[in-house]
Amino acid sequence: MIEATGLTKRYGRTLAVDDLTFSVQSGRVTGFLGPNGAGKSTTMRMILGLDAPTAGDVRIDGKRYRELHHPLRTVGALLDAKWVHPNRTARAHLRWMAMSNKLPVSRVDEVLELVGLTGVANRRAGGFSLGMSQRLGIATALLGDPQVLLFDEPVNGLDPEGILWIRRFMHRLADEGRTVFVSSHLLSEMALTAQELVVIGRGKLISQCSTEEFVAQATENTVLVRSPQLPVLRSALGQQGVSLRDEGQGLVVSGMESAQIGELAAANGVVLHELSPQRGSLEEAFIQLTGDSVEYSADAAANGQPPAAAPADLIATGK
Amino acid sequence: MTLLAVERIKLFTTRSPLWCTLVALVVTVGFAAMLSGASDKAPTIPMTQFGYSFGMVVIMVMAALAITTEYRFGTIKSTFQAVPNRSAALLAKTTVVTLFAALIGLIAAFGSLGIAKLIRSDADLGLSTAYDWRAVGGVGLIFAGAAIIALAVGILVRHSAGAIALVLIYSQVVEGLIQLIPTVGDDIHKWLPFNVADKFLTGNPDTPFRVGEGPPISDSTLSPWWALAYFLGFAIVLLIISLVTANKRDA
Repeated sequence: MIEATGLTKRYGRTLAVDDLTFSVQSGRVTGFLGPNGAGKSTTMRMILGLDAPTAGDVRIDGKRYRELHHPLRTVGALLDAKWVHPNRTARAHLRWMAMSNKLPVSRVDEVLELVGLTGVANRRAGGFSLGMSQRLGIATALLGDPQVLLFDEPVNGLDPEGILWIRRFMHRLADEGRTVFVSSHLLSEMALTAQELVVIGRGKLISQCSTEEFVAQATENTVLVRSPQLPVLRSALGQQGVSLRDEGQGLVVSGMESAQIGELAAANGVVLHELSPQRGSLEEAFIQLTGDSVEYSADAAANGQPPAAAPADLIATGK
Repeated sequence: MTLLAVERIKLFTTRSPLWCTLVALVVTVGFAAMLSGASDKAPTIPMTQFGYSFGMVVIMVMAALAITTEYRFGTIKSTFQAVPNRSAALLAKTTVVTLFAALIGLIAAFGSLGIAKLIRSDADLGLSTAYDWRAVGGVGLIFAGAAIIALAVGILVRHSAGAIALVLIYSQVVEGLIQLIPTVGDDIHKWLPFNVADKFLTGNPDTPFRVGEGPPISDSTLSPWWALAYFLGFAIVLLIISLVTANKRDA
């Protein structure tokens, strides 16, 4: 069980994590979802005591990370698969980690077997592919047989086989009653992996709920209506208590089926040019929810000064 | 003890410490061999130890790399994750690297002595006085102090190139340059740590002038053992500053 209370991290003038309060339950896979730069990695580093929070705190089973005795036995983490000395072999890397928490050397071979790296255990970690590095990272996380596991973007850059393997692996860990907290910027991935979600944007908590709830809420059906008599239609719909949003020359209606809208239009003598049900994708919904909180928005660049040279210009001038 | 074993595994499962050791021994012992062979006079003990600072430089590179590669490859995060008591983890590393540096210093010094004796069997190279023992055996202590300084700088700077440049340029160039400052230069130079360290090895109250028989004698006014205490004290103060910084900083 991980509990964050008022967790805040400030780097100079940027507020990377802003008063985050959430909890992660055991026996479930909890997704930590947010766009790039939302503060997911910073939060994970604070959970592990690597970065000190500016305010608030985060506890694992009631203790701060620095208070844990032999912490690898309580918390396993994969924050970055490249945190290995490239000239050290996979086995040597695991050996010093095991030694530091008084774990038996036999455990090294066990976890290597578990992630399927036994065959390359004596090869330099620098020569590993991303998938192999990721497996080594997972082996490191599992070394102390911990009850709490943290994974930061574990499927980034993996091939479909690797993604499937990690997804199943995390479910297995949760089924064993462990606390699994996994971050991602891909809602579609989280929808398949996580049972619970903690969603953040710009360091702030956006929602904490079950994945089902989040997806249902996020992919709410809408209907696009176009009409030359929009104001009439708008007031008619307004009386029905549905929510409306302008989109180009049309209106996006949510909370009402297209049939009902058509009938309402006919009853009010409104001519319709288009009446089409829209099914939101998970991505769209995610963007809608976190839209205001994306740190590096493409729109911002488009609205502001044009970039000095677009790629097309570079190609055109041949430079 | 556990942490020492951890750092021992870390130090000897990468290649750079072994390469650095080899280079340190070759340059130090090689220099002694060259001097002994080229000199028309029989080599003296200070002459055989002339090249210690070359080996010391390489050991400082090794020590700086031992910590800065952890920052470069992110293993420092794994280290602090496994051992949240950062001071304990870094002190364990300092202990292992420093002991290793001292060992290399001893091998280099006695190796230099041995090769001189081998080349010039007529030379009188028996260790008879306290000075003789200090000039040879003391190299281990100076290597140890130099390793602590390089580690502390490595913890503070975190980048390999920056830390190495800093310790090398300081120990090899800056101290000498300060001497050139008019009027106060000499007075400052007397108290600079590597010059003081040199006093421990070359300072000889028994026969103060050995011009032409070995390295120039340090101008430090401290007695040899106070010189050593001053040098190691400087290294330890630097180490404490680096540990305080590492505890405050985000990993």
